[in-house]
Amino acid sequence: MRFVRTILSAAAAGLVALAAGAMQPAMAQPTIKIAYTDPLSGPFAQVGDANLKQMQYIIDHINSKGGALGRKFELVPFDNKSQPSDALIALKTATDQNMPFIMQCSGSNIAAALIDGINKHNDRNPDNRIIYLNCGAVATELTNDQCSFWHFRFDLNVAQKAEVMVRALPKTTTKVYLINQDYLFGQSVQRDVGAFIKKLRPDIQIVGDELIPLGKIQDFSPYITKIKASGAQALLTGNWGPDMNLLIKAGIESGIDLNYYTFYAHLAGGPTAIGPGGENRVYAVMSFGENIAPEIGNKEAEDWTNGFRAKHNFDFSAAVFRTIFEHVQAAVNKAGVVDATKIAFAMEGQAMKDFLGYETLMRKDDHQIMTAYYVGVFKKGVKYDAEKTGLGWSTAATIKMDDVQQPTSCKMRRPRI
Amino acid sequence: MEVFVVSLLNGLVYGMLLFMLASGLTLIFSMMGVLNFAHASAYMVGAYFAYTLSLYVGFWVALIVAPILCGLLGAAIEMWGLRRVHKNGHIAELLFTFGLALIIEKVVQMTWGLIAVPYRIPSGLDFPLFDLWGTQFPAYRAFMLLISALMFLSIWLGLTRTRIGLVIQAALTHPDMAGALGHNVPRVFTMVFAAGTALAGLAGVIGGNYRVTEPGMAFSMGPIVFVVVVFGGLGSLTGCFIASILMGLIQTFAVVLDYSLADLLEVFGFVVTKATPGSEFLMVTLPRIAALLPFILLVLILVLRPRGLLGTRDT
Repeated sequence: MRFVRTILSAAAAGLVALAAGAMQPAMAQPTIKIAYTDPLSGPFAQVGDANLKQMQYIIDHINSKGGALGRKFELVPFDNKSQPSDALIALKTATDQNMPFIMQCSGSNIAAALIDGINKHNDRNPDNRIIYLNCGAVATELTNDQCSFWHFRFDLNVAQKAEVMVRALPKTTTKVYLINQDYLFGQSVQRDVGAFIKKLRPDIQIVGDELIPLGKIQDFSPYITKIKASGAQALLTGNWGPDMNLLIKAGIESGIDLNYYTFYAHLAGGPTAIGPGGENRVYAVMSFGENIAPEIGNKEAEDWTNGFRAKHNFDFSAAVFRTIFEHVQAAVNKAGVVDATKIAFAMEGQAMKDFLGYETLMRKDDHQIMTAYYVGVFKKGVKYDAEKTGLGWSTAATIKMDDVQQPTSCKMRRPRI
Repeated sequence: MEVFVVSLLNGLVYGMLLFMLASGLTLIFSMMGVLNFAHASAYMVGAYFAYTLSLYVGFWVALIVAPILCGLLGAAIEMWGLRRVHKNGHIAELLFTFGLALIIEKVVQMTWGLIAVPYRIPSGLDFPLFDLWGTQFPAYRAFMLLISALMFLSIWLGLTRTRIGLVIQAALTHPDMAGALGHNVPRVFTMVFAAGTALAGLAGVIGGNYRVTEPGMAFSMGPIVFVVVVFGGLGSLTGCFIASILMGLIQTFAVVLDYSLADLLEVFGFVVTKATPGSEFLMVTLPRIAALLPFILLVLILVLRPRGLLGTRDT
């Protein structure tokens, strides 16, 4: 009896060993995980939700092109409810699971908390480091005084965007009005736009410069009355969300002769709120527009963005995130191993063309991407409309990488390998 | 002069929109003794109902049907929700409406999506009514004024000149006595709650396309409506009306008056410079804090006159 039992247990052990052996090949190729943390619930959930779907589409494409080192990328979402503390919890989870990348797009205050947390973590855990891929937290400080070796920013910062905006102002515009939100981001837009007007367009007079409390204004008509009285020809604003939608809506409804230069009019909800009344009046400084590919005759890029439209029921306004994942893919392949330190060294100074064919460079000095940027104007008759309004963003100006190079005050502290 | 007249009109339109929202809330507030946190949600639901209805049957039908749907929703909430919670006291009611507001927001997000819906002003009203020194006054704003004025009139007449109004007033102040006289007090409560919710829905119908119809609209409108109700005084329709117009005008005029405390001091001979202690605070201009003024007023009135402007009993 005992003999039989021994045989049986031996057989069982053999079976387990066999099963483990069979699983080995699958286990050998785990995915390269990228943690993604943004608001996925609460008032700003639309931003995180839309980003997530667009990133997933891009990652599927990157994986179909072979991923990196024969492994596929995998996006792991974490809801941070727009709170730095929740973002840090996401960071902790990501590092506990040895993920080499964490990604975050909205909120420079959250970005600052993440950078601080990552700096400390990477100092203490040299064999389990993590890289922060910044897809949209744009406070200029993050690549200046607060720059970090582990932080790579893939969107232009506020100062660069401000320069693009000021460069896009037509020669006939001589009086402008500034309205921004009264917090860190809005104040830096106010400061930078003012500085670039002084530097690049001394002929322009700032006839009004105002800060408004964030998300508190219900009726913007009084501001429009003020703008009208000031004689401004253009309104320059870094406002986003309801603060931008209601502002432009109030302006258009009052019928005053004013152009609107914005950072965020092209993003979620903007085109819907602006509506047909904003034709040829609303401009957006943007990282991508779906009409760029057909305008420059890039069929491949157009087909690829169309693929997203066919699959999802909303605009592919963040298609340029593809640049992030292509940089990551190239850097991992170059490093030859999934090791945050080696990947970071491979990524800095890395240059490549984006999918539209424009040059990009991850600048070594401050880990700030240099990339083409666009100014779109909202009008009828474009090939791809925005949010099914019948109007869309036609490219009014394309600013190449070399024109957004600005000096940095970053003193990069690099780890020893 | 130009700025004054335009601001006056803007202030009135905004004030009347506030009043539409606040009038329903003040009735409910005086009835339950608790702020209904879900009131602004009814405003949002009204706007979304109107948007969906206007796709199929047009704006004018939506103007009638959407508030009725909101009223029915309100009646259901009162009959099957609030009435049960009521016996557990005010805190339970408060928490119930708070939870309800969150649930409604989530349901709206799941039904209509996270981004704004293209709810537009009907083309029949989408023209400038008149021109004031180059600033157009949209016909739709005049229409909003008209609707809200009609509403104020009919509520006021209804409450003071009809038998139903008498019963409601009696049930609000002396529910036991009204019950003893054979009136169905719970049904009166349901009616008032439904009517209040319908009014909020109506505000949503005409406010949703004037502003933007998105899931955050309840959250952004809620606090200011509470200020109006508390400021105006519990259960006082006239107080609520005065408070609404006042808040509308204050916020509008504060934006166009570019003055700070420093300017005020200068009149008395003190010149504030960067070196003056607290100059940062003194030099904050009125427009920067315009949106906060109602809340400052709320604090002041709670300290100085807790019953509100025309209230009859303490909050």
